[in-house]
This record gives sequence, structure tokens and C-alpha cells, in this order.
Amino acid sequence: MPNDEHREGIGGMINPRRYGIERVAYLLMRLSGLGLLAYFIGHIYETSNILRGQVGWDDFMELISGTEGHIVMSIVIAMCVFHTVNGVRVMLGHGGVGVGKPARPDYPYDPASQNYRHKIGIYSAIVLAAVAMMYGLAVMFGE
Amino acid sequence: MAQVSSISNEQSPTAKSVTLKISRYNPEHDESSQFMEFPVKYDQLSTFLEAILDVKKHFDHSVAVRYSCRQATCGSCGMIINGKPRLACFTKISELDSNVITVEPMNNFPVIRDLAVKFEKLFDTHQKIKPYLIRDDTELVSDEKEFLQTPEEVEQYIQFANCIKCGLCNSACPTMATDSSFVGPQALAQAYRYVADSRDKGKDSRLKIIDDSHGIWRCHFAGSCSQVCPKGVDPAMGIQLLRGYMLGFRS
Repeated sequence: MPNDEHREGIGGMINPRRYGIERVAYLLMRLSGLGLLAYFIGHIYETSNILRGQVGWDDFMELISGTEGHIVMSIVIAMCVFHTVNGVRVMLGHGGVGVGKPARPDYPYDPASQNYRHKIGIYSAIVLAAVAMMYGLAVMFGE
Repeated sequence: MAQVSSISNEQSPTAKSVTLKISRYNPEHDESSQFMEFPVKYDQLSTFLEAILDVKKHFDHSVAVRYSCRQATCGSCGMIINGKPRLACFTKISELDSNVITVEPMNNFPVIRDLAVKFEKLFDTHQKIKPYLIRDDTELVSDEKEFLQTPEEVEQYIQFANCIKCGLCNSACPTMATDSSFVGPQALAQAYRYVADSRDKGKDSRLKIIDDSHGIWRCHFAGSCSQVCPKGVDPAMGIQLLRGYMLGFRS
């Protein structure tokens, strides 16, 4: 056994295959959150190059103007949109909004909290992120 | 991996065969778990608990498993069956439609041996949230003799009173997978059960207990707890409604 408490660890936490789209959204929320945090730190570091004057700013613009820069920026756009839309869904859920009402459960016990409203919210977040990403790619590579 | 040769048993002639890969581990002398394969016969209504008991009867009596009621009431026989936490007595082999099925002890619980896990922490956290009605008077001294409730008031919590403390929700929870201090969905759902009970007056003391960095705020609404609950308790709903109380969305 890997440890005394037999915990699944990070591997179990990020495994999205067993519990449906809600667990996929849980994983994407964490990945996009970490990605945006990394982007935020990188963004502050890179924009601080403007203190080096015109040369520093041009170097920075060159970095994000290439193909790799555009791809990274489009991924950032997708992460931002997914994190925002899914975040609104999760915040509403955390307040008890849209999670259903307590009632005597009937077999086969479909959980009311995993209802179609939240599933629509998750799929909407994924679709909107994909659309925003494609729009970003079109704008950046279309020039 | 060891394999045990098949033997004929007393099942019906229409019985099918399945290979159970059972995790074997004794913390006293094993460094890691190993799977042992057992071919067992089953019919349409055979449960995993019956199959494991068949293994104990015909192949290896040393396979350790905890069970009692055999009817999803005691909450003793939770285990990971084909990767998901399930009650062995409540899961039919025919449901999974697979020829090889892995059976492992529940995640996020210390293993006693093979499929049996320790429940001490589950019961400790359950006890921590004060799972009883709190009020100054009692039915014994009250003139009313009993604390009456409307059917609507009962509906607010009765779903959560179905909890059998099997631990499947804690085993499925992604937060429990990494945070050993997390209270867990079982205890949080039970906190809601008593907070929502109109007879209870202990809401403030319970909310104070779970208002902790390893308490209710560590739930991220992944919902896996509700998907594996064998009694339809829906801990995720209870936790979000409870958080609604704390955030002021509900009164």
C-alpha cells in the first residue's frame, strides 16, 4: 500500500474517468485555475520588461506575435472563459442555487444535485471556451 | 499475481462465469497489495458479496471482508468494484457486464486486511458534528410529549437520515484523496441533516464546527459523493445547502 491511510493521492483526485462530466469539470477547473495563475505571474514578469524601454517592449511583443505565442494566448483565452463560466456555475451551486430540493429518494437514486441545469452549465462552459479559443485563433492568425 | 483453479459449485446450470481479481494485503507482513484471481460462477441476481463469500467457501477462506446484513442496511461491505466505490451486497455482478472484475478496499480508509478497512475516522468525524438533536428541553419533560413536525418539515431532512455510514462518499471524494484533515462528505451531509431538522436548536454550534479550512470550505462540488451513495442521500446537495446557510443565501 502506498501509505497507511490508503489515500488515492493526486492521481485519484485528477482522474476524470469514473464519475461523469462533473468530475471532468472539477479537473478542468483546477487545470485552468493553475494555468491562469501561471499566466498571471508570467504576464507580470513579461510586462515589467517595459521598464527596459522600447527595446524591452518590442522583445515582449515579438514573443507573443509568433505561432507559439498565439497558440499559448488562445489556450489562455479558453482557460479564462471556461474558468469564468464554470466558476459562476460552481458559485451558484455553493450557495445552494440549482442543486435541487431535499425529497424522499426513489431507486435508482439519481442525485438531484447532479441535475440537467448543472450539466448544461458545464457543457456551456466547454463549448464557450472552445468557441472563444477558435475566435482568438482566427483573429490572431487571420491578420 | 496468483490464480486459483476453478471448481464446480452449486449454482444453476444457466450460471455464467466471471474472474474476480481480489486485492490481497496484510499490513503486518506485506509491503504492497497483490491481486489474486478467482473464477466464480454467477447468475442474474448474484451479488459481489455472494461471490466473495463463494471465494471464501471454495478457494481461500483467508480473504478478509466485512459484512453483516447483506441488504444495504448496515453499510459494512463497501469496496472498490471495477474502480468505483460500491456496496458489495447491493451490486449485482450482471450489472457490470464484464468478464474480469477487480475488487479492492475502499480508498481513503486505512486497510485492516484485504477488503476490510478501518472506519474509526469516519465515525470520529460523524460524532464531531454532533449527530443528535440539540435543545434545552426533552420529550420526556415537555408537556407536548413529542416534538411535532409537518410533512414539509420532515421532507427537509429525511433524505439525509438514510445515511448508513458505509463510507462510499468519502472514498469517492477527490478532496479526501489528498487532504487527511478534511471532515468529509458523510459528516457534512449529516451536519445538514440536523441543521435542517425543525426540532433541532444546535445550528450555530454545528456551523461553528464545520466552518474550518478543512471543513465545509474544502468541498468543491465535484458531486462524486452523490453518484456513489447507495441510499440516495445526495451529500453534495446537503453540503451546498448547508453552505447556503453559512453564506446567507438561506435562512
